[in-house]
Amino acid sequence: MKKAFPILGALTAILLGYALYEALVAAPTEQTMGDVQRIFYYHVPSAWTAFTLFLINFVASILYLVRRNPAADIIALVSAEVGVVFCTVVLVTGPIWARPVWGIWWAPGDIRLTSTLVLWLIYVSYLILRRFSSSGQTPTLAAALAVLGALCVPFVYFSIWFFRTQHPQPVMGGGGSIDPRMLHVLLINWLAFLCFAFLVCWSRYRLEELQRDVDHAHAMQSLMDPRGSVR
Amino acid sequence: MRGNPYLFAAYAAAWIIHIVYLSTIVSRYSRLKREIEELKKIRS
Amino acid sequence: MTAPTGITRATLLKDLRLEWRSKDAINSMLFFSLLVVVVFRFSFDPTAEESREIAGGLVWVAFLFAAVVALNQTWAREIRNQVLDAYRVSPAPANSLFIAKTLGNFILVTVLEALMTPLFIVFYQLRSLGPAWQLLVVAVLGTWALVVNGTFFAAMSLRTRSREIMLPLLLFPISIPAILAMVQATTSILTGEGARVWMALLVSYDLVFTTGCLLLFETVLNAE
Repeated sequence: MKKAFPILGALTAILLGYALYEALVAAPTEQTMGDVQRIFYYHVPSAWTAFTLFLINFVASILYLVRRNPAADIIALVSAEVGVVFCTVVLVTGPIWARPVWGIWWAPGDIRLTSTLVLWLIYVSYLILRRFSSSGQTPTLAAALAVLGALCVPFVYFSIWFFRTQHPQPVMGGGGSIDPRMLHVLLINWLAFLCFAFLVCWSRYRLEELQRDVDHAHAMQSLMDPRGSVR
Repeated sequence: MRGNPYLFAAYAAAWIIHIVYLSTIVSRYSRLKREIEELKKIRS
Repeated sequence: MTAPTGITRATLLKDLRLEWRSKDAINSMLFFSLLVVVVFRFSFDPTAEESREIAGGLVWVAFLFAAVVALNQTWAREIRNQVLDAYRVSPAPANSLFIAKTLGNFILVTVLEALMTPLFIVFYQLRSLGPAWQLLVVAVLGTWALVVNGTFFAAMSLRTRSREIMLPLLLFPISIPAILAMVQATTSILTGEGARVWMALLVSYDLVFTTGCLLLFETVLNAE
């Protein structure tokens, strides 16, 4: 398994480089927005990657609640963390795109950006709960919170969508059909991001496993050594 | 070409965020390696 | 099914009786609620027309603060006297405890809201253009949404560090759709427009999250 990592890393780097080239050079320039529109090729696939990771978190959390499998707990933690990272990218690139195109940094009725913000808040609160709860309880509490958070997602989308129909806002994100060449670039970048996210999750997973082994070793140490642990 | 500084800022921001996260993983990993060495020394 | 409802009723009555006897907690919460309204009055000074547009937001943010203060003390008594350990060991269903606590909090927060509302009406010269009974429905639905999740997250926060900040930290993000619905429904009713969709959203939110919390509470209570 370990040997595969550098090879996969190299392949992913190549894919990311190619996707970047497609986004910045090969993709056709958009008529109304110009080159700034190319931010779209990072903004949207990052959002899709984040949602994929949050979905994985949801499944892993349910698996943990049903089977109490420690691996499921680590997958839940890892997918939430990396999901938050991609979510942050969405929230940063969004306003940077909005400002030159529409003149404002943020529109409260923008479904994608506002929903992503709420999702970001929910999963950050999940990560904070994981950090602050007492270690025996953490996996179960986190899994319960993840389930409730996932239940919230449809409500988030619907409430913001309905709010927008009541309070019309500038339309963002390009409605209607998309140029097939642009869709192609979008999908290439999404694939590249998914591969990249997989590798990052894998590294984080290994780190967490190692951390738990070390913590366990420290615990054993303090149990066996009557003078208390070295830490 | 207008809009270029924003384009550059967005792509740079995306990669900076990823690099920051990756560096936290790397630094935690090296710290753990050190702890493992210490634990091994105590054991032996 | 008399046993679980009997337990629920007994727990609820016990809580209400204890609250009534030690009026300290209630009094400080009432005073806090009053302070919130006054501070808002100094912070936001709208005209009569503007009042109706923003009153929904003001009122619900104030209610939210009051709810957090009330929710934070939900399990305090149980922790002090190791009641939860006794509960885990007893054959009583965990849901009865959860429902009792949620109902107790609902009553408490409703009392606080009942105090704050006349103050808001007076300070902002509020007059509803839509039917006022609908505002009551929104208040009930909205309060339940906050209280059911709040009681659940209060139980989750029991053994976490910084317990008091953990509760709002967990509650606010998940409550955002409900808060949006409460505020928009209130504003729509005050300005005379219909709020049917927002109320439907609140009803489904309440149903989904009450079910979710009931299903997960036992797991959370026994987490270790």
